[in-house]
Amino acid sequence: MTPDITPITMPKFGLAMTEGKIAGWLVEPGTQVTAGEELVDIETSKITNTFESPVAGLLRRHVAANGEMLPVGALIGIVADAAVADADIDAFITRFQADFAAASDQPDGAEAADEPVMMQVGAHSLRVHDRGAGDGTPLVLIHGFGGDLKNWMLNHAALAHGRRVIAFDLPGHGGSSKDVGPGTLAFFADVTAQLLAHLDLSRVHVMGHSLGGGIALTLARTQPALVASLTLIAPAGLGPQINMDFINGFIEADRVRGVQDVLKYLVHDKALIGRRMADDVLRYKRLDGAEAALRKVAEACFPGGKQGDDLRPVLAAADMPATLIWGQADEILPVAQADGLPGSVTRHILPAIGHMPQLESATAVNEVVEAFIGHEVATA
Amino acid sequence: MSKKSFRQAINEALRQEMRRDPTVILMGEDVAGGRGGSAGTPDAWGGVLGVTKGLYEEFGETRVLDTPITEASYIGAAAGAAVTGLRPVAELMFVDFVGCCLDQIMNQAAKFRYMFGGKARTPLVIRAMYGAGFNAAAQHSQALYPLFTHIPGLKVVIPSSPYEAKGLLISAIRDDDPVIFLENKVMYDVEEEVPDEPYAIPFGEANLTREGDDVTIVAFGRMVGMANEAADRLAKKGIGCTVIDPRTTSPLDSETILDCVADTGRLVIVDESSPRCNMATDIAALVAEEAFDTLRAPIRRVVPPHTPVPFATVLETLYMPSVEKIEAAVTATMNHRVTEKV
Repeated sequence: MTPDITPITMPKFGLAMTEGKIAGWLVEPGTQVTAGEELVDIETSKITNTFESPVAGLLRRHVAANGEMLPVGALIGIVADAAVADADIDAFITRFQADFAAASDQPDGAEAADEPVMMQVGAHSLRVHDRGAGDGTPLVLIHGFGGDLKNWMLNHAALAHGRRVIAFDLPGHGGSSKDVGPGTLAFFADVTAQLLAHLDLSRVHVMGHSLGGGIALTLARTQPALVASLTLIAPAGLGPQINMDFINGFIEADRVRGVQDVLKYLVHDKALIGRRMADDVLRYKRLDGAEAALRKVAEACFPGGKQGDDLRPVLAAADMPATLIWGQADEILPVAQADGLPGSVTRHILPAIGHMPQLESATAVNEVVEAFIGHEVATA
Repeated sequence: MSKKSFRQAINEALRQEMRRDPTVILMGEDVAGGRGGSAGTPDAWGGVLGVTKGLYEEFGETRVLDTPITEASYIGAAAGAAVTGLRPVAELMFVDFVGCCLDQIMNQAAKFRYMFGGKARTPLVIRAMYGAGFNAAAQHSQALYPLFTHIPGLKVVIPSSPYEAKGLLISAIRDDDPVIFLENKVMYDVEEEVPDEPYAIPFGEANLTREGDDVTIVAFGRMVGMANEAADRLAKKGIGCTVIDPRTTSPLDSETILDCVADTGRLVIVDESSPRCNMATDIAALVAEEAFDTLRAPIRRVVPPHTPVPFATVLETLYMPSVEKIEAAVTATMNHRVTEKV
């Protein structure tokens, strides 16, 4: 590698990402950029994310044009000092492209194995993605209503250092079987406990988002010995209010346009909701049994348009390390539900972020989680 | 979820619907095939290209019916079975054979609901192979979907990939109206990720397989893959294409087509059926009438010449739309300059 030339390559937002599209360059060639400055919007099958410059320097080239779809690792731009000659940059690009093409032909065995697998857990067939290794207490990720393990695409790999991090699709969701029993938080907490037993895990950190936060709290109440700590992202169970326009709209929408409109409730920056994200949701919702499962869960958890479970007492018990992350601009569960909790519960309120901070503000969320459970492990 | 071929996706849709609903039956020439022969299996053929293989073994001769080579009789019987309580999936093998049974489709099945004052349901699916590129000559290579699209009372489905094929065929079987389900015979070995569970893709909603700002490409069936490849190549040249797969020609999602044309101002239609009165002319008329003011360049059609499909490989290749022809059409529409009128 020529030290003066920095290749800008297609980033990998989570291990599931294999390719990305240049949604739009934010900086023109010939512009001086700082490290961390927003360079380009990258659209993946799930979300559009802004990629920041890894270095400071002069952006010399856009190698990939707006709209181009490229595999992860492909060259998209060049940052180099003004002193570097154009001919050297051309030579660098030619060499990089040749090396990249050669490497792409190699079979990619190691990564191919890092994929979700189906597990039979009691009566349920669950899609489970078990990543990472190490001595740290494992972390289990529980997604929310209508979600799946891909909701953690920007967090899962990033957190899987020095510990196992296990994400799974709840019954009725994603690739898991569609029987949701009574559809209650207690039911899902029980399935989570069964999965942990199946994986031979006796104590784990639990991170839950939205309904998954309510499930995590319920698990902490019913099986406290299993739960080393709670990381709750805009969790259910801390107040009665919930945006039923989202819940009902999500259940009923069966066309791309309708789904896209409903998904906009989830984020503050509405431009994040692309058509492909809606396509992905529809692929799930079209599966036989998915809509019935969602209806069952909504009826059980939100009777009469209110949250039926009050889980504040779980946090008031205070012998459970817990941290709370909430987007200030949450349109599903109001951020005010984060108020009035014991001082032992650390709170991270993220301004200008909606109901899915783990997608909309992934870096900040990952830092909070690393600090929280990293610290917990150190003192354990 | 695993990778499945177009053939496997269709087979799985049939199998899952036959398990779910005992009124679903198959009929057609060689849908089992070769019974009593020396092959050692009860269904030596399983369809002329193996699409229904294994279904005879699971569901038996009361639900997988080999018919004589008499399209008029068994398509008529299927239409009758549909109005009297079954959900038949009748296979016409090559769509070119429709000439032998068009009355049963056009004047009978398609008209029952209307002629009986809305009181008759005809949950009939007719599966057939279409398309050139298989070196099967003029009587086995046509893309006759415009013929069916022309007939009110029929729904017409053209899946563009294995995922689409499974979900659209399940919708076709669950639908209470006659549905013509057309499979491009060149695509049977195309593979992609297809969920193991049953799922239904609704009719009349187009799918956008690419999104871009400059040109809208509408393509059908196998042409969608070609349009995607052309769009990817054009993206490298800085030309952004939206690719629309309408999924069904009847009903047609004209709203999505008009919305995309309004965004891009340019339209290319890729249609492998004969060029007169085909989907390309239909959509061109729609856009000319509804969205004339949004157009920045003339509509372009990538279609074959108005001839029978040639047998000779070089001529067949020349006849067909291709990635290169789509690229050329997009480039031409991009290069169009409006001349000032004086």
